[in-house]
Amino acid sequence: MSDTHAESIRFVRETTLPQAEPPVAERGIYKWGRENLFATPGNALLTLIALYVIYVVLSAVLPWLLNGVWNASSLSECREILAGETGGCFAVLVDRWQQLLFGFKYPSAEYWRPALAFVLFFVAAAPVLFFDLPRKMLAFTALFPFLAYWLIWGGPVLVPVVALVGFVVGYLAYAKLVTRSFAGGFFGGIAAAAVTWIIGGFIVDWLSGPSSLLRAVPSRDLGGYMLNFMLGVTCVSLSVPFGIALALGRQSSMPLIKWVSVVFIEFIRGVPLITLLFVASVMLAYFFPPDSNVDLFLRVVIMITMFSSAYIAEVIRGGLAALPKGQYEAADSLGLDYAQAMRLIILPQALKISIPGIVNIAVGLFKDTTLVSVISMFDLVGMIRGPILASTDWNGVYWELLGFAALLFFVVCYGISQYSQWLERRLATDHR
Amino acid sequence: MTEAVKSPAQMTVSDEVAISIHKMNKWYGTFHVLRDIDLTVNRGERIVICGPSGSGKSTLIRCINALEEHQKGTIEVDGTLLSSDLKNIDKIRSEVGMCFQHFNLFPHLTILENCTLAPIWVRKTPKKEAEEIAMHFLEKVKIPDQADKYPGQLSGGQQQRVAIARSLCMRPRIMLFDEPTSALDPEMIKEVLDTMIELAEEGMTMLCVTHEMGFARQVANRVIFMDQGQIVEQNEPEEFFNNPQSPRTQLFLSQILGH
Repeated sequence: MSDTHAESIRFVRETTLPQAEPPVAERGIYKWGRENLFATPGNALLTLIALYVIYVVLSAVLPWLLNGVWNASSLSECREILAGETGGCFAVLVDRWQQLLFGFKYPSAEYWRPALAFVLFFVAAAPVLFFDLPRKMLAFTALFPFLAYWLIWGGPVLVPVVALVGFVVGYLAYAKLVTRSFAGGFFGGIAAAAVTWIIGGFIVDWLSGPSSLLRAVPSRDLGGYMLNFMLGVTCVSLSVPFGIALALGRQSSMPLIKWVSVVFIEFIRGVPLITLLFVASVMLAYFFPPDSNVDLFLRVVIMITMFSSAYIAEVIRGGLAALPKGQYEAADSLGLDYAQAMRLIILPQALKISIPGIVNIAVGLFKDTTLVSVISMFDLVGMIRGPILASTDWNGVYWELLGFAALLFFVVCYGISQYSQWLERRLATDHR
Repeated sequence: MTEAVKSPAQMTVSDEVAISIHKMNKWYGTFHVLRDIDLTVNRGERIVICGPSGSGKSTLIRCINALEEHQKGTIEVDGTLLSSDLKNIDKIRSEVGMCFQHFNLFPHLTILENCTLAPIWVRKTPKKEAEEIAMHFLEKVKIPDQADKYPGQLSGGQQQRVAIARSLCMRPRIMLFDEPTSALDPEMIKEVLDTMIELAEEGMTMLCVTHEMGFARQVANRVIFMDQGQIVEQNEPEEFFNNPQSPRTQLFLSQILGH
């Protein structure tokens, strides 16, 4: 009797067929290759062309990378060692890495200070970026700006201490007065902080002798990638809160606040960053009291922060507009006041929507910090264009230096991008 | 709906005034939405407000907790006169709970956090106590097991019950419902109405904009019919449904009951 009863309509299976392997062409690498590389004749042709392009690129780049010279004191020595063969002259990085990272005026005995500040930066940033970490770590985050200032600029320790005390006094005054009215708390806090700083300034002048624990380094001696990184971190972390304030201000029902925000945003967005930087380096002095000497670094930070906060404000405004009106009404109907509703309900959702836009601006801002090289600050690009390429030893080493600069920026920007994607996944609670 | 429900007349209505609205008018631009509204609600009353769309019924109850501003006349809630003073408004809002047509839960917070947020920040209740209160009300609306989920993971009916629990966590003395079942599938309407009936039985003062006429018959002690921004007719449910006086009420009832 046959197994399948094929000749009858009635059918009963009496045996189970053994499980069989799929045909060779339908499994593993054959299947993958056939489907992805050689699916059609056109597809196969493209694969071959792509392989050829990869070969050409690698055959040029690999010898340059692998055959590179890492030990030489000048470009001509590099060329002697290479003796006509292809190869990069990476010796310039070995020779000048300190200048590339720290600038050419930062005292080399003090390199550990910015390096330590750099390491501590990650400790300080961690609880802000990864909110599963214990909240107590935020205390260090709050202290970090003052600590980093003292490490990088050195000088009397009282300066950052007075700055910190000013903030604390301002906050205490705010907390005391805000129960009566927000405006009173806001301006009272600012006034209290300003008074503390002025008094503190006299105390610092009076107490500080010539000797201090850390040698003072003036702002004009900062340079290299350190300068880009400091500008990037400072301006991003300042422009997000300012951007939020501007976005909320633009939505405000109070005409004065609304129009100040609108005019600020529209004006700043209508002006090229490089113009603002020239204003910072040359013209801003006209706006300060005649005998005041506001630091160039601070002026540049103010300008870049203003510039990017205007953009961030518009991104956040988009996030705010995307929220349904019902969220505002629900918050109102529960009796939350404006500050609570914004902080607990509206901003967490609006900022989540705005993450890609904010990150876009942060990445752009970080790369735009290289523009300070045109106002004669020696950041990474400024160092390469100026002291290094102008030196007789390394005149003409473009690919290696600019490739290194590109690599440094890429690492940070790619890191920011990956973080933002992780953050978006982490915050995705509404459509699960 | 449960059989043990007491008839509307049996549920207690006290003489104490909860809301009193006097000659209240509201305009959207030049459009006169609410015209000379006079309404007094005693504590323990369950009032159903119905009427054609655009008649101002939602706007009326949204004026009571100042989600909408009125331009003329007075609204007094629990003896507090509603003015433009923010302190007054926040005080009234924390006494008056509100449920919306589209629930308006906070999608970035868990169910439990949705319920504890206002008690913690407005009432300054300690977190632990707020969570106990929240679990109590989540049990009451029969979804304590969903406390750690996010609103997006719940069905519409469950979300609306959470919204009710969220309002109750503030221990309101008055509840406003703005078409709480209009955005729900038919089989979910019952679970929300059951919750509201239970609330009514406990003596909550309720103002409810709804088209659920069964609910009105069973729970309300007063039905208000609004048209073109005015209160056209109000009566006890039996009289209102069986013997409507105004021709506009008759037309409306024949349209919604006639299918």
